[in-house]
Order: sequence, then C-alpha cells, then structure tokens
Amino acid sequence: MPKQVLVIEDEPNIIEAISFILSRDGWTVKTHSNGLTAVETVLMRKPDVVILDVMLPGKSGYDILRELRDLPQTATLPILMLTARGQTKDRELAERAGVSHFMTKPFSNAEVLAAVQALVAPVGDAK
Amino acid sequence: MITLNGLVAVCLTYVVFLFVIAFFAERSALRGQVRWLKAPLVYTLSLSIYCTAWTFYGAVGSAARSGFEYLTIYLGPSLVMVGWWWILRKLVRIGRSQRITSVADLVSSRYGKSNLLAICVTILAVIGTTPYIALQLQSVTLSFEVFAQPGVPSPEEGLRSYTALWVAFGLALFTVIFGTRNLDANERHHGVVMAIAVEAVVKLAALLAVGIFVVWGLSGGVAQTLARIDASELGSWQMDGGRWAGLTLLSAAAFLCLPRMFQVLVVESDDEGHLRTASWAFPLYLLLMSLFVVPIAVVGLDLLPAGSNPDLFVLTVPLATGQEGLAVLSFLGGFSSATSMVIVAAIALSTMVSNHIVMPIFLRLTGNGASVSGDVRHAVLLSRRLSITGVVGLGYLYYSLSGGGTALATIGLVSFAGVAQVLPAMLGGIFWRGATRMGALAGLTSGFAIWLYTLFLPSIGSGALSDAIMAQGLFGLSWLRPQALFGISGLDPLLHAFLWSMTFNVTAFFSFSLASFPSPLERLQGAQFVNVFDHSGGPRSWAGGVAQTEDLMIMAQRILGAPEAQALFEREAHRQGGRGLLPDPTPDFLETLEKELSGSVGAATAHAMVGQIVGGMSVSVEDLMAVADETAQMMEYSARLETQSNELSRTARQLREANQKLTRLSVQKDAFLTQISHELRTPMTSIRAFSEILRDSRGLTAAEHIKYASIIQDEAIRLTRLLDDLLDLSVLENGQVNLNLRQGLLCDLLDRAAAAANDGGHAVRIRRNGPNEQLMLNTDLDRLSQVFINLIANARKYCDADAPELEIRVSEKTGLLVIDFIDNGSGISVEAQDLIFEKFARVSDRQAGGAGLGLAISRQIMTRLGGEISYLPGYGGAAFRVALPRNFALAAQ
Repeated sequence: MPKQVLVIEDEPNIIEAISFILSRDGWTVKTHSNGLTAVETVLMRKPDVVILDVMLPGKSGYDILRELRDLPQTATLPILMLTARGQTKDRELAERAGVSHFMTKPFSNAEVLAAVQALVAPVGDAK
Repeated sequence: MITLNGLVAVCLTYVVFLFVIAFFAERSALRGQVRWLKAPLVYTLSLSIYCTAWTFYGAVGSAARSGFEYLTIYLGPSLVMVGWWWILRKLVRIGRSQRITSVADLVSSRYGKSNLLAICVTILAVIGTTPYIALQLQSVTLSFEVFAQPGVPSPEEGLRSYTALWVAFGLALFTVIFGTRNLDANERHHGVVMAIAVEAVVKLAALLAVGIFVVWGLSGGVAQTLARIDASELGSWQMDGGRWAGLTLLSAAAFLCLPRMFQVLVVESDDEGHLRTASWAFPLYLLLMSLFVVPIAVVGLDLLPAGSNPDLFVLTVPLATGQEGLAVLSFLGGFSSATSMVIVAAIALSTMVSNHIVMPIFLRLTGNGASVSGDVRHAVLLSRRLSITGVVGLGYLYYSLSGGGTALATIGLVSFAGVAQVLPAMLGGIFWRGATRMGALAGLTSGFAIWLYTLFLPSIGSGALSDAIMAQGLFGLSWLRPQALFGISGLDPLLHAFLWSMTFNVTAFFSFSLASFPSPLERLQGAQFVNVFDHSGGPRSWAGGVAQTEDLMIMAQRILGAPEAQALFEREAHRQGGRGLLPDPTPDFLETLEKELSGSVGAATAHAMVGQIVGGMSVSVEDLMAVADETAQMMEYSARLETQSNELSRTARQLREANQKLTRLSVQKDAFLTQISHELRTPMTSIRAFSEILRDSRGLTAAEHIKYASIIQDEAIRLTRLLDDLLDLSVLENGQVNLNLRQGLLCDLLDRAAAAANDGGHAVRIRRNGPNEQLMLNTDLDRLSQVFINLIANARKYCDADAPELEIRVSEKTGLLVIDFIDNGSGISVEAQDLIFEKFARVSDRQAGGAGLGLAISRQIMTRLGGEISYLPGYGGAAFRVALPRNFALAAQ
C-alpha cells in the first residue's frame, strides 16, 4: 500500500508542484488548504507524512504543529515544514514546536522528495 | 540802628556758618573721624533742641504773665534726666538693638510691627508738631519785626509772610541737604547734630548775655534784682499746685515723646554712656537757660510800655536800652532755637511719614517692580525729601492760616499734650509684656481724639469748632462741652484736656491690653523690648551663653538637611575640644553656622535666623528688606528650576514617545520585510518547482507542458507586478511623486478604468449614472485612474455574490467630488475594515492573487491628490468612497 502524504498548503501552484513530485514517486497525495480544519483533517486521514506550510489562512502552521504534537496520535508523526519565511528565528520556532524537518521556499524538488523519504524510512518497512 | 538788610545778612552768614559746620562734621564722619562727634558734650548739647524759640522767647513771656510757672517746662525734663534716666537708658538700648528710627517705629516694632499703629503715631506726631513748627516761624518773623519797627510790634502783613516763607524755604533746604545725605541704617546725621550743638551754645550764650546785662547792667547786681522781683507783681503771684504738677508731668511726658527729642535722645545716640553725662549736664543747661528768665521779665515789665509783647522782652529790652549788638546776639539765639527745632523735627517727622506712609504706598503701587534695591533706595531718598518739604510746608501753611496771634507758650503746650498721648503705649510697651497692639491702638486713638476735641480744635480759634459747640457741647449735650467734659468745669483748659485725654488713654490702653491676646510676633517683640537688658550685648557680636544650641541645631537641620547639620555640629564640637555632639554657642561657631546657612538661604536671612534664636540681635527693616530680596531671588530661581524641570520631563516624554514610535516602526519594518520575503518567495517557489519539473521529467504530455509553462509565466508576472507595486508605494510614501496634472472628463476616466480592470476575476456588472459623470476634472488622471482600476479589480476579485454588481455613484459634497464604489457582495468584516488600507492586508484567501498592496497604494495616491479614500460601512457589500477636489491646482492653493 502506497504511503500517504498530506500537503497542507494554500498556494494552488505549490500544491500542484508538490503533488506532481510525490505522486510520481509513488505517494498518495492528499491536500488541504485551510488552517482552521487542518488538525481534524490530519486525524481523519492519518497520513504517513505531513507537509505543512506556515502562513495559512485561519491558523498558523506553528499552532497546527503544536496542537498535533500535543495529541498522542500525532505526537511522533513525521512533519515537514515548508515556509517562505526563511529566517533563523522561524526555524528555531519550528524546532521548538517539534518539527521533524524544516525547509524554506523556494525548494529543490529533489530535496523535498529526499526529505519526505527520509522521514518515513527509519520507522516504516522498506519500500 | 541795625537795618533790616543788615539783619538778613547776619542771618545768612549764620546759616552759611551752620552749613559749613554740618558739612565738615559730615565729612569727618565719612572719613571715620567720628570721635569728637561722639563726645558726650555734643550729645548733651544736641538735647537742647528741647529749648526752642518758644522757651527762648516764650519763657520770659510766660514768666511775665504767669510768674514762675515757666519753670515747670524745665522741671519736667530735668526730672526725667535725673530721676528717670533708666527709662532713657532702656529706650536707647532698645533703639539700638532694634534699630529704631522714630517714635512711630518704636511703637510699631513693639506691638508686632504693626504699620497701622505706626501710621497712627505718625499722624499724631504730624498734627502735634505742625503748630510747633508754625510757632518757630512765627517767632522768627516776630523777631524780625522788632528790628523793623523797634518797640512797636504791629506787623506789616507782607513782610510777615515774606520772612516766614524764606525761613521755611531755607530750613527745608538745609534739612534736605543734611538730613537725607545718606540712608544710613542707623539714621544718624552727624552734620545736623553738630550744627545743633553749635546752635545750643549760641542760644545759651545769647540768653546768658542778655541776663547778665539785665542783672548787672540794668538792675545793678543780684541783690537789687531780687529786690526788684519781690517788688513786682510777679513775686506775689499765687502758685497753683495742681497746674504746676500737671505742667511738670506734661513736659516730662513730652520730653520723652516729642519726635525731635526721640530723634536726638535715641536715634542719634551713639553711646549709652553719654546718658550719664547728659543726666547732669542737660539739667544744668536747662538751669542756665532759665536762670535769667524772671529778671528779664521783671525788668521788661518795668522798662517797657504797658502792652508790649512780653514774649519779645529778650529782644526789646536790649534794644530799648540801646544795646544793639546784644540785641543781634539775642536775635541769633532765638533764630538758632527756631531753626534747630524745625530741622530736627522735620527729619524725625519725615522719617516717620516716609517709612510708614509714603513707602508702603509706593511699594504697593509699584508691586514687584521695585525689587531691585537701588530702586528702593532712590525712592526712599525721594520720599524723605518730599516728606521734609511737606512737613515744613505744613508748618508754614498753619502759620499763615492761623495768623500767629496766640501767645507762643499756649501753642507749645497744646503740642506737648498731643504728643504725650504716645507715652502710655511707649512706657507700657517697654515695661509691661502684657501690653498689646489693641491696647496701644485703643489708648492712642482715644487719647488723641479727646485731645483733638478738647484742646487742639478749640486752640485753632473760632473756625474749627463753632461757638455753639464750645458753649453747649457736641449735639447740644452739655456734658460734651470741649472744655468741660462730663460736666467738670472750672478747670484750666490745658489741664482739663491733659487730664481727660490721659485718663482715657491709659484706661483704654490697660483694659484693651488685658482683654486682647497678643500675636506671636508681638509677644516675641514684647519680650525683646521688656527684657532688652537680658539679652543685648554689643550690637554686632553674638552674645554667647543665651543661645540654645539645640534650637540652632533644629533650625540648621531644617535648612541644611539632618546629616549635613549633624556633621557640621559634630565637627564644630570637636574643634572646640568638647566631648558632646553639640558645640558651645561661641561667637566663632555662630559665625561659621551663619556662613553655612547663608549658602542655602542667603546672608541676610541666615543672620536674621541665627539672630532670632540667639536673641542678641533683632531684625531691622533693612534686614527684612534684604531677606525679602533674597527670597524674591530664590523664588525666581526655583521658578526657573521648575520651568527647566518641566521642560526636561516634557523632553523625556517626547523622547519616550519617539522611542516607542521607533520601536513600533522597527516592528513594522520587520513585519514588512517578512511579508515581502513571503510574497517574493511564494511565486519563486512555484517557478522553481515547475521549471525543475519541466527540465527533469520525461514523458510530460503537451497539455502538462503548456500548463506548467503558463504557471511559470503567471508567477513571473505576479512577481513583476509585486515589485512594481512595491516601488510605486515606496515612491508615493516618500512623497517623491511628480503629479502629471491634466484635464479630463470623469466618465472617460471611469470607462478606461472599467476596461483596464476587465481581465481576471469574475465578470462584474457595473452600474453607472451617465449624466452625473459629465464632470471636468483637473488632476493627475493616470493616478486617479489607477485607484479606480484597483477598486473595480477588487470588486471583480472579491465580490462573492451570485450575480456580482458594482455600482458607481458620483456626487459633489462641500466642494469635493465624491465617487462611491459599492458592490453587492458580503462586504468586509468590521475588524478587517481598519486593516484593509495597510500593506499586505489581504482579507480573503489568496486565490485572487495580488500582494495586498493595492488599497495601500490607492490611499497614498488619494492623499497626494488632496483627497481621500475610505471604506463606507453599512452598505451590505464592500463600499469604498473616493473624495477629491475637482481642481487640484485650485485646491492646492
């Protein structure tokens, strides 16, 4: 069964780009673009990996991350944070909130793919 | 026979002589050579102003009329000098330690520095002294007339007032020159005192010369003279014991209270020790003055025709016997008596009038303007000079009005009784601590009023009180008859007045004193006056021992602060070698303390404060003026400091506000940079991702190719637009916009804008009102169009109605063109309405594209065009209002 990745992002072109990259690699890609309902969506879809944007309408990516980490079901869920805010303090903020991996936009497609793969590799069985 | 001109020449020479003496004495005093000026003899001789022309001429007249009664006038002062010299000593001591300048000052100082009391005494003194000055002018005039028409004292009116006027003028001039030469704190006038001493010698010599001539030249010796006296009516005249006692008491009281006597006795006194000499020398002087009065009177009565004025015997006897030289000497004696009295009285009165009436009024009128001491000094001098002229002028006025008919002695006694009213307040003040201001005021005014009614007004003559009042009393009440008060008639008018005025005065003084309660200052002054000998040492040095070091400590703590004061006192105690923490109040220590204090409160204040506590020194008017000066300065400083401190706190507040603003700006800048970073990175992310996909992926369909390339193109356009907007906004915010003013029709502008905004977003039906839009505009049409495009494009992007509509309404309000853009969507939430004009403030999701700079740019543009853009709440849909002047050029003016 293919691994599932949930992309939480509000910029349609970026969603399209990530979807293309990951599905070509065999991932099942689900997308969500609203911050307010992001946590429920994660709990409902139970993805293997979450790619999370920071500046989302309704709720910030940091808050979503913190809430997920507070929930037992998602406390260890691999979460890759992608943000256009690339300052050091943003990275620190994300790490304190318990991010699994942090990347700034614009990104290289290969790097995103590698990062997602790396996030599931230690726990999951070989693909 | 000496001519009148010759006599005038003699007078002038004599006056010049006095000027010279006064001048040299003054100069010596200035050089510090004052020892000979301070001789006890000079002091004693200066007291001789008691003997005025009234005593010089009038004593003989009195003797001729009332026998030995004239002696009472000499007896009173002699008794005071011999028997009551301790009263004088106390007065002199108080005068020096309190720096008293006049009787009025003394009384006012004693009763809590009450200026009301000072004014009362001053008025009393002026009213009491004016007739006296008139009397001197009259005597000089009369004596001139004797020489003009020897033996026939029937005056020629023109000559009379002419002489008096010139004498008055000359005396005023002399007094102004030597009486206001310096404004010494002690009010001493060495030149004047010296001139008076010389005059004292002249008048004594003159009277003695006439007496010797009469006794030995005319009568042929002492024995014959005595026989002649026995033979005359004079010898057989009855002596009225009551009147004698009354007159003696009256003259004693007047001796102490007369302003001019107080001046020479107390104010001009340099040394208490002089009193010891004066206590025997002055009675001796009086004895010599009175020695030949009776012989002259007796011989005059014998020698001269009946009806001759006995007041002029001193002159007429020598003249009638051909002794012209002696007559001139005698004339000079009388002249001396008159002039010295007028001069000193004028000085004394002018001091009072100036200090207690003119200066307070002047200071009140000028307010704060005269705080510079130089101003005050000048004003004081001027007011003294005017007062002197006024006092002498008043005397002259009285003289010319009264016509000078009354016998000399009568005027003198009226005057005596008037000034004697000060006595209870004065003696009560220096011997009885219970005396109060109310008591003094009540005593003075009641005594003064009765004196005025029973003696002074009747003495002026029929003019002042009507005959009806004199005969039937005030309001027809017989017990209010001026010369028979309360039905007691048959008394001598003078004694009657003296008795009643003094009775009321003393009674009121005591009863009001007992009934009223003194103020703190009054009690303090009272203690200082009554116990003057307890705590007055030398006038300048601090008397140790009495000082309370603890009191000093308390005061010093208040001024210097507790730690500093304690440190100072400990240091001083240590320096003195003592063991305790408090030093002994040695003069050394007091000086040090005063110096320390003066650093904080000013020298005068420090001196006054230490002085008050130590008690050796009291505070004079000059001290108080200096204190007031310092206080004014300090108040000015503190006002300045307060202003500065206000300025500083204002500056601090401004800095704090600026800092807050900068912090806010810095936060805003950070947020702005983060926003820009985000807005730039987002399209770049898409561009990079899809360009990598196009590069790396094989087997993309043609449709995918086109789609991804289009995305890249769209995002590149979005980036470019963002950069354009940013630059545009930056230019607009910095005000570096060059407006391109043109004329155009509003409808054309809206047409173009609608067309330009046509691509992108949903189709929106635009409703317009054609006729209203036919308006000519003169503004930057391109910029205005930019705003219109933005608003129409926003409606396209954000209007969420099923059939989107945008209504554009045009109207004119208060000279402004108003264009409203109202769509039929769900509008903008209340919270968001405040934000939409901020940069990057996008309300809805970002599918609509755009960086959120449009409205920020529109707002900047409208500001540049002299108008504004605002959100109109309450229309349901989003509603924006653009308002601007139709003619930018006109509006800009």
